Amino acid sequence: MSKKKISASQPDSFEFTNDNLKKVGSEIKKYPKKREASAVMALLYLAQNQNDNWIPLAAIKYIAKFLSMPYIKVYEVATFYSMFNLSPVGKYFVQVCTTTPCMIRGAKKITDICKKYISQNQNELSENKKCSWTEVECLGACVNAPMMQINQDYFEDLNENSTDKIINGLLKDEFPEPGSARNRKSNMPESGKTTLLNIKNA
Amino acid sequence: MLKDEDRIFKNLYNDLGWNIESSIKRGEWSQTKEIILKGKDFIINELKASELRGRGGAGFPTGLKFSFAPKEVGQRPHYLVINADESEPGTCKDRDIIRFEPHKLIEGCLISSYAIGAKSCYIYIRGEYFREGERLQKAIDQAYEKNFLGKNACNSGWNLDIFIHYGAGAYICGEETALLESLEGNKGQPRLKPPFPALVGLYGCPTIVSNVETIAVIPTILKRGAKWFSSLGKPKNTGTKIFCISGNVNNPCNVEEEMGIPLKELVEKHAGGVVGGWSNLQAIIPGGSSMPLLPKNVCETITMDFDSLVKAKSGLGTAGIVVINKDQDIIRCMARIARFYKHESCGQCTPCREGCGWMWRMLERMADGDSTYKEIDLLHDVTKQIEGHTICAFGEGSSWPVQGLLRHFRKEIEKRSHDEPLIKKKSNVPYLIDQHLLEKDNA
Repeated sequence: MSKKKISASQPDSFEFTNDNLKKVGSEIKKYPKKREASAVMALLYLAQNQNDNWIPLAAIKYIAKFLSMPYIKVYEVATFYSMFNLSPVGKYFVQVCTTTPCMIRGAKKITDICKKYISQNQNELSENKKCSWTEVECLGACVNAPMMQINQDYFEDLNENSTDKIINGLLKDEFPEPGSARNRKSNMPESGKTTLLNIKNA
Repeated sequence: MLKDEDRIFKNLYNDLGWNIESSIKRGEWSQTKEIILKGKDFIINELKASELRGRGGAGFPTGLKFSFAPKEVGQRPHYLVINADESEPGTCKDRDIIRFEPHKLIEGCLISSYAIGAKSCYIYIRGEYFREGERLQKAIDQAYEKNFLGKNACNSGWNLDIFIHYGAGAYICGEETALLESLEGNKGQPRLKPPFPALVGLYGCPTIVSNVETIAVIPTILKRGAKWFSSLGKPKNTGTKIFCISGNVNNPCNVEEEMGIPLKELVEKHAGGVVGGWSNLQAIIPGGSSMPLLPKNVCETITMDFDSLVKAKSGLGTAGIVVINKDQDIIRCMARIARFYKHESCGQCTPCREGCGWMWRMLERMADGDSTYKEIDLLHDVTKQIEGHTICAFGEGSSWPVQGLLRHFRKEIEKRSHDEPLIKKKSNVPYLIDQHLLEKDNA
């Protein structure tokens, strides 16, 4: 279970925008009738996107009412899953994978750069309030280690120089090109393919 | 070595394009109607004959699992749930299937849904794979446009709707009953079994939960025949498998190979060898972080299939191979894995919730050289008290890697440990769960 910090300053009210209300409708439609509670995670995501990447308590109350669930059930879900942020994060939220496969390929260098440029501690906003960073568990791109996720995009095959460039770009409000930092193609061996050499669309 | 034409995932590196047009050229969505018209029994028997074992970690025979679903659909609808919550450290195969071969998965969903009598299918994809989920949704939309999904899918007379459900960063939701809880809108804590999901699953209805790779290989097996599939690999360990080779190798990569391929061949041939040469190898984790590591002398000869690895007191798991060379501190590596399990424990069963933290703190102390000889046995005792005393297999998954370390690298830990101090500080205080918070350095 991950530790969750709930923000001390909370907005008074929360409501979905009209655009989001439409999306909410299509999310709820995915599930059978009387099973609307299944959409709670999708709704929390929508609330998070609408509110600068974090979920205020007002939104949790609003969603609970919306789905006629007890408040505590929605609160439970919001605190259980690590991807729901319950306190503000930067406009660019950097998540560095530090689990063993990334660790042995040098994830510490990446976190050191984050410490140097963004903030000394995790989950703190940078000086210009644009960025924050955190260590996360395996992001499932071990073959492209070390890697990090910024908002919804993966940045793979990093080293000190490329991370330095990416982070400094973010601080200047420039979103870099996602994918492999070494222009490696997907999960292919870097020195060239060893299988599927002469395969064509038949 | 496996011939290219026998490989199932021809677009593993996205050389050929992922969309429906390219997929049809590669043979997807052909004969789908004919296969469905052959009937449920044909599909399940063919899967049983192919001896396909689930690719999600446990290796349960897929044909047998499908046959557990009630034959006739009663009052309760049946569901197919695809487990795409791939979070096992060292594993990144499902991501590539979703990105580059989504139509194999979707076609597999249609055939499997028909075989178990399901009219809705949910794909539970981990929240971090947002872009992959977008890609999958596009592929699903393409299939709807061509009438391969929806009402009377592929003109087979069967109706199927596929929905994507995003997770939100919980490793435990890869456990099938936790996944169902999460899908129902609860926190992801596993359920007691029995009843098994095949009878009481999603919303209390019969549900089959399968891994992405398992479902994605089903269409090819049915098209090329069970005999072809079972001719590959070893008896009871048939077919091909995507291996993810990461860690200290020169060319980390994903590669599809025959089951039962020697581990050394995988590392040397496909991944460009260990950094610093084979002699620089320290240990290899063969099947994702939950499986005990193998020392170098075992790695020389071991073959990669379910049964051989169980004999070597490890397991194939998800086939995420993590290579660790001698430049790494093996105790530190395992301590990091223990920290992963401490972070991801759902907190439902006490042995796992408390024990995972114990293991992590003890391993960190051992890596720092602050442990005593006595503690090594204590650590082993802790792993034994977690294993088998929890609702789900997380207890085993978290304690096996530590047991593997103790089995093969006990000398390394002993080298850094010391005797009990003659004068103990507060020796009569029992070790509290939160003792690390009381100690001054951590306070």
